[in-house]
Amino acid sequence: MPQSGTRTVAIPPTAPGTDAATMRKLLRDMQLLRRFEERCGEAYALGKIGGFCHLYIGQEAVAVGTMAALRPDDYVMASYREHGQALARGMTARAVMAELFGKAPGCSGGKGGSMHLFDASLNFLGGHGIVGGHIPLATGAAFAAKYRGSDQVSVVFFGEAAVNNGAFHEALNMAAVWKLPCIYICENNRYGMGTAMERASALYDVVQRACSYDMPAEVVDGMDVLAMRDAMWRATLRGRERKSPTLLEVRTYRFMGHSMSDPIHGHYRTKDEVEQQKSRDPIVIFGAKLREQGMLDDETWQAIEAEVNDEVEDAIKFADEAPEPDLATLTADVTKES
Amino acid sequence: MPIITYRDALNQALREEMRRDPSVFLMGEEVGVYQGAYKVSRGLLEEFGPGRVIDTPITELGFAGIGVGAAMAGLHPVIEFMTWNFALLAIDQIINSAAKMLYMSGGQVPIPIVFRGPGGSALQLAAQHSQAFESFYVHIPGLKVLAPATPADAKGLLKSAIRDGNPVVFIEGEMLYNTKGEVPDGEYAIPIGVAEVKREGTDVTLVAHSKMVGLALKAAEELAKDGVQAEVVDPRTLRPFDTPTIVASVKKTNRCVIVEEGWPVAGFGAQIADDIQREAFDWLDAPVLRVTAADVPLPYNKYLEKAAKPDVPKIVAAVNRVLYRT
Repeated sequence: MPQSGTRTVAIPPTAPGTDAATMRKLLRDMQLLRRFEERCGEAYALGKIGGFCHLYIGQEAVAVGTMAALRPDDYVMASYREHGQALARGMTARAVMAELFGKAPGCSGGKGGSMHLFDASLNFLGGHGIVGGHIPLATGAAFAAKYRGSDQVSVVFFGEAAVNNGAFHEALNMAAVWKLPCIYICENNRYGMGTAMERASALYDVVQRACSYDMPAEVVDGMDVLAMRDAMWRATLRGRERKSPTLLEVRTYRFMGHSMSDPIHGHYRTKDEVEQQKSRDPIVIFGAKLREQGMLDDETWQAIEAEVNDEVEDAIKFADEAPEPDLATLTADVTKES
Repeated sequence: MPIITYRDALNQALREEMRRDPSVFLMGEEVGVYQGAYKVSRGLLEEFGPGRVIDTPITELGFAGIGVGAAMAGLHPVIEFMTWNFALLAIDQIINSAAKMLYMSGGQVPIPIVFRGPGGSALQLAAQHSQAFESFYVHIPGLKVLAPATPADAKGLLKSAIRDGNPVVFIEGEMLYNTKGEVPDGEYAIPIGVAEVKREGTDVTLVAHSKMVGLALKAAEELAKDGVQAEVVDPRTLRPFDTPTIVASVKKTNRCVIVEEGWPVAGFGAQIADDIQREAFDWLDAPVLRVTAADVPLPYNKYLEKAAKPDVPKIVAAVNRVLYRT
C-alpha cells in the first residue's frame, strides 16, 4: 500500500507587486466593496433589494487579497455572501447592483439576485445558496482544468459552518486523492448564522481538517489583505505547478448580521465583541500601514473615497433606472436549445 | 441487424461518444478497474485510460457535484450511479446545482451532463434497493428524464443524452441489462422527447416505460387471446413528454391504462392522466386507470414483493375494468 504523500514546508514565497500604485489599488478595491455594501443595506431598507441579502462588511480583505493573486482564466465560485467576491473579480458595480435590484442588465439577467451572481466571461461561476453545495462544484472545475492539461486553478469561498457537512469532506478528499488544483478558502467569521463555531464543530481550528486529507493548509489573518494575497499566491503556485489543492483557514469577522433580516448582535454575540472586532477593520489597518510607508496621504485617501462613492452612486442610479426583465424571459433558459 | 443486450447497447453508446468527443468522460463507483457494477462500462478503461474512466470513492454527493462543476467548466461528464437509490445522496447536486444553473445564471452557464444508472426493483433487494424515482426528477424544470425499454432505445437515447447540452437523468432498467434486441449498426441517435408505439391496437392504450413496457406487451398478448387489441405506447422520454403521441392513441382507442413501477401518490402516471383528461376528455369512454406499485416500501419476502409490484394480471384486470368487462 502506498504511503500518504509528505507535505513540503518551504520558505513561503510572497506575491509580486508591492509598488505604491498596486497597494493603493488594493485599498481602493476594499473601499469599493465596503461602500457598495453600505449602500446595499440602505437600498434593502428602502425595498429596492428583495429576498435575502448577506453583506460582506468586515471581510473585504479576503476577496480582494484573493483576486489579486489570480489570473483571469482561473475559476472562482462563492457562497451566497458573494457581492464582494464578484466586485473584486472585476464585475462592475453597475452589473452587480442591477442584479440585486432584479433588473434586466443585472449580471444574471435579474433571475439570480443577491445569492446567484454570475459572469462567465470572468469565470466567476456563482453565487450558490446551499451551504457547502458549491464546494464539489469548484472541485469539478479544478478537475476540468487538470483534465484539459491547463494550469488554471479553481478557487472556492465558503464559511466555517460549511466544514461540518458532507459536501466539504467528500470534495476535499477527492481533490487530495486526485491532486486537483483547487483552493479552498474557508472564511471563518466565527458564526454560522447565529451558531458559534464552538457550538457546532468538534475541532475549533478549521485548518486541522486538512490533516484528514493530507492537504497543504495555512491559517491566514483575514483582516490583512497582503497576508491574504501572499497565502493565495502560494496556493496558486501549489495548484499550478504541483496540482496540489490547498485549504486556507482565513480568520475574519462579519461586522453585520447574517443577512439584512438579522440583528448585528443579540442572543449569539455581544455588542462588545462586535465593537472589539471592528478595531481590526481591514481597511483602516491597511490604510494606516500605507500611511506609515508613505504610500498614502489624506489627499489620496479622499480621492479614493470620492471615486468609489461616485462609482457606487452611479451603480445605484443605473440599477434604479434600468428596465425590469421582459416577462418573456420567465420561460427562457430553463433548458438550453440543443 | 445485430442482436445485442441492453447492457452492450449502452456500452456501445458510451464508447462511440467518448471516441467522438474528448470532453466526454465517465465517472462513478467501480466504473473502471472493476468494469462497472453491472458491466456497462466493460472495456472502457482499457480503451480510454484512467483519465477518462474515473473510479470514485463512495461519495455520491461529492462526485455528482464534481461532475456538475466539470460541466460548468466546459466538459461533458457522464456520471454513473451504481443505482438510483444511492443517488438520493446526490439529489442536492442534481436539483439545486445542475437543474438550476442555466436559469439562475441568466443563461450563461449550461450544464451538459448525464446522470445515469439502474432504477427500479430487481428481485428481493428489499426497501432501500428497489425504488423507481422517475417522479422525483420529472418534477424538476431544467432536467430531462429518459427511461429506455429496449437495447435500441438505450443506445440511441444515451447518445442523444450525451450530446444534449442539458442535465439529463437517464434511468436504466436494472432487470433489463440482460435483455436482447436488435440494435442498428453504426451511427444513430433517437431524438429526446419522442414516444414510440411499441404495439399497435384499437381497443385500449397502455402507456408504459422502461421495464413496464415488457409487462404491457405481455399483457397485450394475453388480451389478444381474448379478442382485445391493446396499443402499447412507450414515452421513452418522461420530460419533455410527448403528449401528442399519447393523446392520439387515446383518441383512437378511447380507453387508457397507465403502468408505472413507482408508487401511486403523485406518481408520474397521475401527470399523464391529467394530460389525457385535458386533451382527450371527449374521447374517453372510461376513467383512466393506473397500475402502480403498492403504496408501501418494497418488502423482501418474494410473495409479498410480488404482491407489491405491477404485473401482467394486474394490467389485464385494469384493462378489463376500463372495458367494463368485469
